[in-house]
Amino acid sequence: MAQTDSAPPDLLAVQGSVSQRQLQDGLFAIVGLLTILVATIILLALVLQLAIQGFPRLTWQFFTSFPSSEWQQAGILSAWIGSALVMLVTAAIAVPLGVAAGIYLEEYARKNWLSALIEINVTNLAGVPSIVYGLLALGFFNDLLKLGESILTAGLTLALLILPIVIVTTREALRAIPNSLREAAYALGASRWQMIWDHILPYASGSILTGVIIGLSRAIGETAPLITIGALTFIAFLPPAPIQPSFPYISLEWLQAPFTVLPIQMFNWVSRPEPEFQINAAAAGTVLIGMTLAMNGFAIYLRYRFRRGVKW
Amino acid sequence: MTNSSVQSSKLTRLTTHKASRDLRELAIHIVLFLAGFSCVATTIAIMYILILESTYFFQHISIVEFLTSSDWSPLFDPPGYGILPLVAGTVTTTLVALFVAVPLGTIAAIYLSEFASAKLREIVKPILELLAGIPTVVYGYFALLFVTPLLQWLYSFPAPLLSTWLPNLFPLELAGFNMLGPGIVMGLMITPLISSISEDAMRAVPVSLREGSFAMGATRLQTAIKVVFPAAFSGISAAYILGISRAVGETMIVAVAAGLQPNLTFNPLDSAATITAYIVQVSLGDLPHGTIEYQTIFAAGLTLVLFTLLCNIIGYFLSRRFREIY
Amino acid sequence: MVEKVSTSLSSLSMLQPKAEVRNLNFYYGATQALKQINLVVPEKRVTALIGPSGCGKTTLLRCFNRMHDLYPGNRYEGEILLDRINILERRVDPIAVRMRVSMVFQRPNPFPKSIYENVAYGLRVQGLLKRDFIDHQVEQSLRSAALWDEVKDRLKDSALNLSGGQQQRLCIARALATEPELILFDEPTSALDPIATSSIEDLMSQLKQQVTILIVTHSMQQAARLSDYTAFMYLGEMLEFNQTTTLFNQPLHQQTEDYVRGRFG
Ligand SMILES: Nc1ncnc2c1ncn2[C@@H]1O[C@H](COP(=O)(O)OP(=O)(O)OP(=O)(O)O)[C@@H](O)[C@H]1O
Ligand SMILES: [Mg+2]
Repeated sequence: MAQTDSAPPDLLAVQGSVSQRQLQDGLFAIVGLLTILVATIILLALVLQLAIQGFPRLTWQFFTSFPSSEWQQAGILSAWIGSALVMLVTAAIAVPLGVAAGIYLEEYARKNWLSALIEINVTNLAGVPSIVYGLLALGFFNDLLKLGESILTAGLTLALLILPIVIVTTREALRAIPNSLREAAYALGASRWQMIWDHILPYASGSILTGVIIGLSRAIGETAPLITIGALTFIAFLPPAPIQPSFPYISLEWLQAPFTVLPIQMFNWVSRPEPEFQINAAAAGTVLIGMTLAMNGFAIYLRYRFRRGVKW
Repeated sequence: MTNSSVQSSKLTRLTTHKASRDLRELAIHIVLFLAGFSCVATTIAIMYILILESTYFFQHISIVEFLTSSDWSPLFDPPGYGILPLVAGTVTTTLVALFVAVPLGTIAAIYLSEFASAKLREIVKPILELLAGIPTVVYGYFALLFVTPLLQWLYSFPAPLLSTWLPNLFPLELAGFNMLGPGIVMGLMITPLISSISEDAMRAVPVSLREGSFAMGATRLQTAIKVVFPAAFSGISAAYILGISRAVGETMIVAVAAGLQPNLTFNPLDSAATITAYIVQVSLGDLPHGTIEYQTIFAAGLTLVLFTLLCNIIGYFLSRRFREIY
Repeated sequence: MVEKVSTSLSSLSMLQPKAEVRNLNFYYGATQALKQINLVVPEKRVTALIGPSGCGKTTLLRCFNRMHDLYPGNRYEGEILLDRINILERRVDPIAVRMRVSMVFQRPNPFPKSIYENVAYGLRVQGLLKRDFIDHQVEQSLRSAALWDEVKDRLKDSALNLSGGQQQRLCIARALATEPELILFDEPTSALDPIATSSIEDLMSQLKQQVTILIVTHSMQQAARLSDYTAFMYLGEMLEFNQTTTLFNQPLHQQTEDYVRGRFG
């Protein structure tokens, strides 16, 4: 107080503008916070409303019934089993392929036009709309390779779709491993592959897993490319079981079976004119959101843990 | 004793195992290369299929008609093969989405990068990521069943006034299928994408630049707008471009909530089909392979890919520029 | 200059050389980092490499186990004889060289695995898989690295839980496990506190009973305390090589004198 009183007049003026500027800062801080809050809250409210609508339908019967023209009898049995099997194929293809490609780009590729070409393609594929993968599957897997409208086709399609995600996260994970560990392995006489297999891959596996889960959570919600290849919306049977009671016990017939998946089942219900089916759609959506949130949440938790846990 | 055992075994092994080791390493190298090359192969396969089927298409329909006719009705008699209505639908929904996502995403990015505490950032970013990970068919459900009814209710207040003033632009009631609802939802969905890439770009601006500005007496907001934002602009614009490419390629939201009627209009209050929604609509039906109707979706897909390719190239150069500066 | 090195070497001629560098040039791409290096590394002695920062000590050290082969564009000229075989020759397998020449790095870099696995890794890479033998070598190496008593009850613990000095001793044990003939140390104590440093120095003076040691160091005291022979490098050249006492007390070159007396940057 005493200071302001004795301060010369022009300094006082400066102070006035300072407080005005601080006000601007404060205002923006509020606006920014509100923006984020509003955007998040709107989305969270939508999720919540969906969950509230769908929750009453989440009964045991809903999970164990086939689709039906009676909304109360309809369920998601074929859909969730289809989703699970498609994910299995997707993971079985995308993980080895993507990790191998990531290793190649990060640990093997010299800087030349060939590796540049591959890198540009990875970036580019990450930006290609998912429905285009559906067209690829339709024209290539379905028409040319005659794989049919099957679980295998769907798994392959989604595997290609998430390949860039797996590659990019693998590369990031490998890049995070300090070079000193590579040199330590080499100095003991390890070959390049021994170095990678014994050291780099195990140390990066946590972060790679994170990327794989994020990729799979993306794949499990994908609808458009599977519609394109002709995933059916009304499947009232299950694919042949992978494990058989008689020799040879393991059957791969399910790979060729027609299928539906959760998001397609939901889409089907949303498109129905009867409002009752919207409740089924909400229930399917709740399951879908629950699964993607759980997967993403697990991935975020893993990433957090690995960032915290590792100090080289 | 151990010494000699190591030495002698070492000597024999060192000389005998090299060839097999080199062979194994080479084989692994080749396998890994092939895995990396699968990306190139995928791109080639995509282009091959799209171009192949499109050539069949363009053997029957002239490119001029495709690009300029304003009638898209391949499934009707007589059919129309002008892509403009679908492009209009795509452009309109994308513009609505950007109208939402660019301001929200930019403000959120400035706030998170320049104002928010590290702790808040650590809480907010994962939540945004989680929300961005929700399947798009669910977003479509939101648009159709929550947002559009809300918009209908809101619209009912100014509607009488607006529709007497400009009846061509403003209908009396907002239709159940329109482009505004899905556009807004799409905007909310790509906001996290834009904000997180922009934030990365802004945080890559060196602290020294900011300190220079603070030293001259600028406030945080002034520094953010006059120093950080311009310095990070190429990164931020790359984020916008990515947002555009995402919105253009988005399928399920519009397929569920915008109606599937091709409609040459830029009025977001109308219902319309986008390029992607059209592909979905055709795929849902049972079109025999090899017909011209079947080939239309590949022509539409090619249009889509060329557009996103353009976006990606622009985005690539923009983000490379912003990486080069620091 | 080369002349002088050889005259000073004549007094060392009765030594059994473990390794010998002859007219070595080394290039990182287009830039030459080592120029006409000549050096003898006497068997079961400690040889120190000293010189101002950037003079090429690390570069020279890493020629001995062909670490430069890992990065594209690097090129050697000249010879490094290890037991009279030129290890820089094309047909020599760098991996075989690394199995005989171990390296300890500036910063401790244990693998994020168990203590046991760290030490055992070199043996596993060589295809020595007998459990008893590995157990035995792990214990021996940890004893030689003066770490056994501290870790014998927690061999399965992560190596990252050890202190910095313990980690560096673990890295030494790891380097010892394969019974190498030559061990390269690149400023092994520069990331450690004085107590850890002195324990590692003690360790090295004991180790020279068994193996030949080549060590890069920035500490004159360390070179003086530890080494039998010292090489002084300057701007990529080997300026002077002699018995440590001689080099420190009667340096032939002004630059050497300035450096060892601490008049250098
Ligand atoms: N990978 C590399 N590529 C190109 N030049 C290099 C590389 N590594 C080192 N150099 C250069 O080679 C010269 C010798 O470097 P070196 O690391 O051998 O020096 P040093 O004597 O070990 O220095 P210090 O005491 O600081 O560790 C330096 O001029 C350095 O800049
Ligand atoms: Mg060095």
